[in-house]
Amino acid sequence: MRVAANCLWLGLFGAGGLYGLLMVQRAVDLGFLLHGILFLAFCLAAVALTVRLALSPPPARALPDDRPHYNDAIVRAGVIASTFWGLIGFAAGLWIALQLAFPALNFDLPWTNFGRLRPVHTSAVIFAFGGNVLIATSFHVVQRTCRTRLAGHVAPWFVFWGYQLFIVLAASGYVLGITQSKEYAEPEWYVDLWLTLVWVAYLLVFMATLARRREPHIYVANWFFLAFIVTVAMLHLVNNAALPVSFFGSKSYIAWAGVQDALTQWWYGHNAVGFFLTAGFLGIMYYFIPKQAERPVYSYRLSIVHFWALIFLYIWAGPHHLHYTALPDWAQTLGMTFSVMLWMPSWGGMINGLMTLSGAWDKLRTDPVLRMLVVSVAFYGMSTFEGPLMSIKAVNALSHYTDWTVGHVHSGALGWVGFVSFGALYVLAPVVWRRERLYSQRLVEWHFWISSIGIVLYITAMWVSGIMQGLMWRAYDSLGFLEYSFVETVEAMHPFYVIRALGGALFVAGALIMAYNLWRTTRGDIRESEPLAGSPAMAPAAA
Amino acid sequence: MARFGHRTLEKNSILMLVVTLIVVSIGGLVEIVPLYYLDSTVEKVRGMRPYTPLELVGRNIYIREGCYNCHSQMVRSLRDEVDRYGHYSLAAESMYDHPFQWGSKRTGPDLARVGGRYSDDWHREHLIRPKNVVPESIMPGYPFLQERPAELDAVEADLRANAALGVPYTEEMIANARADAAAQADPESDGAEAVMARYPKAQVRDFDGNPDMVSEMDAMIAYLQMLGTLVDFDAFRAEGEALR
Repeated sequence: MRVAANCLWLGLFGAGGLYGLLMVQRAVDLGFLLHGILFLAFCLAAVALTVRLALSPPPARALPDDRPHYNDAIVRAGVIASTFWGLIGFAAGLWIALQLAFPALNFDLPWTNFGRLRPVHTSAVIFAFGGNVLIATSFHVVQRTCRTRLAGHVAPWFVFWGYQLFIVLAASGYVLGITQSKEYAEPEWYVDLWLTLVWVAYLLVFMATLARRREPHIYVANWFFLAFIVTVAMLHLVNNAALPVSFFGSKSYIAWAGVQDALTQWWYGHNAVGFFLTAGFLGIMYYFIPKQAERPVYSYRLSIVHFWALIFLYIWAGPHHLHYTALPDWAQTLGMTFSVMLWMPSWGGMINGLMTLSGAWDKLRTDPVLRMLVVSVAFYGMSTFEGPLMSIKAVNALSHYTDWTVGHVHSGALGWVGFVSFGALYVLAPVVWRRERLYSQRLVEWHFWISSIGIVLYITAMWVSGIMQGLMWRAYDSLGFLEYSFVETVEAMHPFYVIRALGGALFVAGALIMAYNLWRTTRGDIRESEPLAGSPAMAPAAA
Repeated sequence: MARFGHRTLEKNSILMLVVTLIVVSIGGLVEIVPLYYLDSTVEKVRGMRPYTPLELVGRNIYIREGCYNCHSQMVRSLRDEVDRYGHYSLAAESMYDHPFQWGSKRTGPDLARVGGRYSDDWHREHLIRPKNVVPESIMPGYPFLQERPAELDAVEADLRANAALGVPYTEEMIANARADAAAQADPESDGAEAVMARYPKAQVRDFDGNPDMVSEMDAMIAYLQMLGTLVDFDAFRAEGEALR
C-alpha cells in the first residue's frame, strides 16, 4: 500500500517533470519559459523529497502510550509560511498604498506599476497568507479534534509545497504581466490547473483524516473547513474555465463572456470572501477561541444554524457587486435580498464566538492572545453588518467604485482575518514547537495595539474618502451641471491616501513584532523579565 | 435505527460533504444559469462587432498592465454617471468580451465610452506621462508602450481561440488577422480598406505617430479609441423588445 502510494507520487512528479521539460523547450513566451523552469525544478525537488520520505521509516499513527502521534511538522511549516507570506503581503499592500499617495513610486516600469502589483498584494494576503493559515490550522484542528494522525505521508507535504509553488507562479506571473484580469482569480490557466491538483490532494487528506477519526462526531470547526475546501474547489473550477491560446503559452481566454462572465466572476469573488476568508476562518474561531478561553462553544444548536444558513445564503450574494450595471435587475434584487439576510447567520456566528467567553471574560485583561481572537470576532461582526448595508442598492449607488469598498474589505481582512490568524499563530507556535509558552506576552500586547491603531486609521480614512468621493461624483451645481471633474475628486483623496498608508505601516510593524516573537518562541526563548499572564501582578483584583 | 438528524451528518464525512456541496450549489445555479437562456439578458442592438485584431492586441495589453484595477468599463444607470460618461452600458456591449472588463473600482474614471473623447496625441502623451496632460493625475506612466513592437504574430491564434468560444470571427478574419492588425495602424497601406470592410467603424490611423513600427502604443490607443463607439444608440430603444 505504502509502496504503491510512493510509486504513484514518483510517477506523478516524473510526469510533471516531463511536462516541465516540454514547457521549457516549447514555450512561446518568456513568462511561460520561466514558469517551466520553476515547475521543472519543483518536480525534481519533489522526486528527491519523495524518495527521502519513502526511505525513512513510516511514522507511527499512535505513540507507545496510545496517544495519537500528531503530524506537527506540517503545521510548523505552515506557521512559518504564514508568517513569511503575511509580511510579504502586508508590505506589498503598504507599497501600493504609498504609490496611490505618491505616484512617483511607480517608477513607470512595467514590473513596478500599480496595475501589476495590486494583484501581488491581494493574492499574497488572501491566498499566500490566508491560505497558509488555513492549511496549517485545518491540518492542526482536524488532527486534534479527530484524535488521529493526519492522513498521508507524502500527500500533506505535496499540499504544502504544491501550494507554495502556486503562490510563486501566481505572483511572479503578475509581475511579468501574466494575468486573466479576473479579480482574486488572476492566475492563468496552467497555474489554475496546478492549484486544482493541489486542492484535490488537500480535500483527500482532509477527508481521509476525518474518515479515520477516533471521535464519533465531526467537530464543528471541521464542518467549516470542509465547506471551505469543497466550495472553493467548485468556485475555482467554474470561474476559471478558459481556453488557452497555446498549450505552451501563458495566454488564455475565459470561456464566459460579458454579463455572464461578470456574474460568474462575482459569484466567485464574493464567495472567495464567503468561503475562503469567512467559512475557513470561522473554523479557526470555533477551535481556537474555546481552546484559549478554556470554555466550550456557547451553543451547539447555534453552531448548526450558523453553519447551514451561512453556507446556503453566502452563495447568492455575488450580484451585489453589480448593482445598476447591465446585469438584469432580477439578479441584482436577488443578490441584495440574500446579502441582507446574510447579516443574521453572520451575527449568529459572532454571538456564538463571543458568548463562548461566558464566565471567562476576565481573561481578556490578562491574555492578549485571547483578546486578539475576540476582537477579531468583533471586527467580523462589524464588517458583516457593514456588508449587508452596502449591498442595499441605494447605498451601493454611493459606495460602489469608491474607497469605501476598500475600507470595508480591510476592516474584514485586517480586523477579522488578520487578527484571528495572528491569534491562531500565537496559540499554535508553542504547541507545535512544544514550548512552555510564547516568548513574550508583552510583545503580543504591542502587536495588538499597534495593529489596532493601524486598522482604525485605515478604515476611517477610507470611509471618509470613499463617501466623500461618492458624493463628489454625484454633486450638481445650481445650474444643473456636474460640480466636480473626475480629477478634482482624485486630488481630494490625497490626504486620506497618506493616512491609509500610515495605518498600513502600523499594521506591517505589528506583523514584524509578531514574526520576531514567534521566531524567539520557536527557539525556546522565554522573556524572563515580564510577569506571566495569571501571575499575581497581572491577576484580576479579587472580587 | 435512530431517525435521521443532524447527528447523522456529523457522523458521516461523505454525507456531510455531499450535502454541503448541494447546499452551496443552489444559489449559483438559480442566479447564473438563467443568464444563458433568458433572451432578455443581452439586448438586441445594432453595431456590435468583434474586436479588430489590433484592438484585441491592445485589449490584451490593457489586461496585462492591470488597468482594470483602477478603471471600470461599466456606466451604471444613474443620472450623474450618464451625465459624466454617456449612455449607460448595455450587456450587449461586452457580449464578445472574454473576460469582461467592468471593473470594481474607480481610482481613475470609467472608460466604457472613452473612445473618441480625446485625440490620439492626447492618449499618447497621457500614457507616456499622465501628468503632462492632467497635472493632478496619480496614474503611473507607460512610456515603454511606444518602445515595444506590438506582438502581432500570435494574433491569428488569439482570434481562433475567441472564435472557438463563440465570438463571430469568420475564417476570412482569422486568415487575415496578422495583415489586418498591421494595416489598421497604417492608413496608407493596401489593407486599410479591407480592415474597414471586415470591421465596420474600425478606425484606421497611425495611432502613435510613428510610421516605422506598429507599437504596443498603437494597439493600446486603437483599443481605447473604439471603447463604447460601436452600438448605434439612435436605433436602440430601452423600452422596446430589448427591455430587460
